[in-house]
Amino acid sequence: MARRDDAPWKPSNLAKAAKFGDLVERITHPVARRAYKRGFPYLPPTVPMGVEVPEDAPTLGADYDTEWARGSVASVVRRGLVEGPVRLAVKGIASPTVYGTDRLSDLARLHDAPPLIFAPNHHSHLDTALMAVAVPEPWRSKLVVAAAADYFFDKRWKATMAALALNAIPIDREVTGRKSSDMIRELIEDGWSLVIYPEGGRSPDGWGQDFKGGAAYLSSRTGAPVVPVFIDGTGSIYGKGMKRPKRGTTKVVFGHPLRADESENTRRFSARIERAVTMLGDESLTDYWSSRQRAARQENPKLTGPEYTGWRRQWALSERRSMGDAGVRRRQKRRWPNLGD
Amino acid sequence: MPRPGFVLDVDRSTPPILFWRGENFSLEKLPAGRSRVIYAPEPLPAIDDVDGAIRNALLNPVDQDPLPAQLFAGMKLTIAFDDVSLPLPKMQRPDIRQRVIEAVLDLAAEAGVDDVHIISALALHRRMTEAELRHAVGDRVYDAFAPRGLLYQHDAEDPENLAYLGTTPHGEDVEINKRAAESDLLVYVNINLVAMDGGWKSTATGLASYKSLRHHHNPDTMIHSRSFMDQHRSELHKSNWRMGKVLLDSGVKVFQIETTLNTDTFPSPFGFLAKREWEWKPSDRMTYIGTTKALNRTPNRIARNIFHSIEAPHQMTSVQAGEVEAVHRITTEHVYKQQLVEVKGQTDILTLGIPYISPYNVHSIMNPILVMCMGLGYYFNMYRGMPLVREGGVIIMTHPTRPEFHPVHHPSYIDFFEQVLADTTDPHVMSQKWEKQYAEDEWYRHLYRTTYAYHGVHPFYMWYWGSHALKHCGRIIVVGGDPKTVRRLGFVPASTMDDALEIASDVVGRTPTITHLHAPPLMVADVS
Repeated sequence: MARRDDAPWKPSNLAKAAKFGDLVERITHPVARRAYKRGFPYLPPTVPMGVEVPEDAPTLGADYDTEWARGSVASVVRRGLVEGPVRLAVKGIASPTVYGTDRLSDLARLHDAPPLIFAPNHHSHLDTALMAVAVPEPWRSKLVVAAAADYFFDKRWKATMAALALNAIPIDREVTGRKSSDMIRELIEDGWSLVIYPEGGRSPDGWGQDFKGGAAYLSSRTGAPVVPVFIDGTGSIYGKGMKRPKRGTTKVVFGHPLRADESENTRRFSARIERAVTMLGDESLTDYWSSRQRAARQENPKLTGPEYTGWRRQWALSERRSMGDAGVRRRQKRRWPNLGD
Repeated sequence: MPRPGFVLDVDRSTPPILFWRGENFSLEKLPAGRSRVIYAPEPLPAIDDVDGAIRNALLNPVDQDPLPAQLFAGMKLTIAFDDVSLPLPKMQRPDIRQRVIEAVLDLAAEAGVDDVHIISALALHRRMTEAELRHAVGDRVYDAFAPRGLLYQHDAEDPENLAYLGTTPHGEDVEINKRAAESDLLVYVNINLVAMDGGWKSTATGLASYKSLRHHHNPDTMIHSRSFMDQHRSELHKSNWRMGKVLLDSGVKVFQIETTLNTDTFPSPFGFLAKREWEWKPSDRMTYIGTTKALNRTPNRIARNIFHSIEAPHQMTSVQAGEVEAVHRITTEHVYKQQLVEVKGQTDILTLGIPYISPYNVHSIMNPILVMCMGLGYYFNMYRGMPLVREGGVIIMTHPTRPEFHPVHHPSYIDFFEQVLADTTDPHVMSQKWEKQYAEDEWYRHLYRTTYAYHGVHPFYMWYWGSHALKHCGRIIVVGGDPKTVRRLGFVPASTMDDALEIASDVVGRTPTITHLHAPPLMVADVS
């Protein structure tokens, strides 16, 4: 409806904002001016010449203390967050479909279900949130996630959010120090399950990376079984280097829990975990029977992709992605019917 | 340590006893001093490492080579499995069939076997829906085989896919699924819920045609099976075993895998249904009151959906594989170990609470013919030695027995009820006069083959299951049933248990002995 010329004047939103700004300035300006005038201790101290100020002990990154996040209050808050906003966000962005939880049903049914080490492939920061909602109970409510210290714990607000919402613990992805591994071992011994990415970091080019021995080592030291997990689709939704996520679909496939054989060292066990994730990847893209047949012939397509580099590697990646139904899906172009000439 | 089965002599301090009434239940006070209640043994402990036990059974079979030694590249492998009628209620995921089939497929993949078919051995039962197949074999197996047409359901009316293998010395035709018969190896994956299941009955019945089945699914065989739960005294089983020999002689190689489950039948909210009444906790009593009150006000359709959504926490108690008969002997021992209850002497009146489910109405309606089959065919036959009720005694069943039929699952049942039962309730007479017409009806055949309908002859078989009980008992009374429907079945309707006992007094006198079979959970009375 057209506005009448004689209608009373109403301030626009911009005018309201300007008025609010004026008010804030009127209040804060005198305080700031007084503090500036008085100097120290209202302002930071100046440093005398020739004196070196010792640096504070770092409290961020790998040194961030997450113990508070495992307390009862934080656990209750986290449960609310994971089941609420995190689940909604993951569903909205990644629409996950979860397969293979029946493979954990024997352990889930036990009165005292043992802690597990979940070892998924890693393509995106989204993987962590995805695992936080996809891991079945009873492990979901007592789950810690090994997260990159330099990404999730570089700022205090991010560190607090990661620790609170995902129960993340910082792991230095360059070198996993003894401190980290001892802490993880103690957590597992206390009954916490762990999500750890054996690849050590997100995939740089969309293909997987060779597995490092972390999960196998922790399993051997603690006796906790390793559950191989294959996550499909997160790489194209929010892969490394992407500024913002695109909506798509994802698939999470859980495998049978694995334990190290008596005669198996960490390296061999880690290779077995990698083979299991590879087979789940094949199962996810094709079907269970074909993947089993190829596994028996040791012909499952490798997660690490072909040996060659350059565009052919990317070409092969797009072919692989087109086999599955996870990832970003663009709307098909509307085709008009051919009505003839 | 689970407690064995128990026979309670009812006295004045005995609380009212739980009776199933279809999709509801009631508490009934039984007369003190002359009544007894038979309670099932508690569930046996499950095997901890189920996958390990399955693998061990496949690698160390009974009287056969290990499964890997029987698998080779280029062979034809067929895996058949029991259909939706087992177990009851359906078990929580993962179903035991899925775990066994996956273990077999793992070995087949290692051996380089490419040609694998998976067949649901449903005989004349209805086809399973996709959801039911997924539940039984799991999503992984379904997604790998069904889209390529390699997971399908047996069709007992498809002449092109049936193989005639000959006759038994008794002149019984043996005709089974062609793919199964012509495979290099047929692996049968069975669930042995009761002693009647398994053995040669799996293959000779589950994969057979009508032509073959009619030789043991008839009133004569059923009357002379005493009982179905005792293989050595069951004509039904003897016939199947004869057919099994024909299968062997024809070169059909069967690797039988049989599993037994414990009687953990109801999940926690309904756990009180399997408890002894005097052990009900306040929470159980509250649940009972809340459930019955709510169900009284719930439309039948919704109540049915609620009950059929129950998934039993059944757990596997044994798995054995190898030669059919040797395997079945071990399986039967395990079933008896779980289900046998020693009972002394027969009774004048046997009371049975008929639940919402039978093998033939999974996700469906328990129609009046299935009520008869469940009471007189199954529960009556849950004995070894001699029937719980004396000859000439009375059976009292509690069930609403509404004239409701599932039009998709049970189309021929409707006509059977209206046409055949209006004419006769005598199994022999109906077998002679009506069976052929229903069995060969083209419309029923079409529905069986292309929709989710039971075969046209199936209601006759249900009626035949009760042949022995019909002949054995002096009167059958249904408490709480629709009077007109109950009379159509040839039974006597009663409003209450007291009325039923009064009606029964004409046959068994004023102070009869009464026995109540507190099932489910299932049990077999070892009557001496």
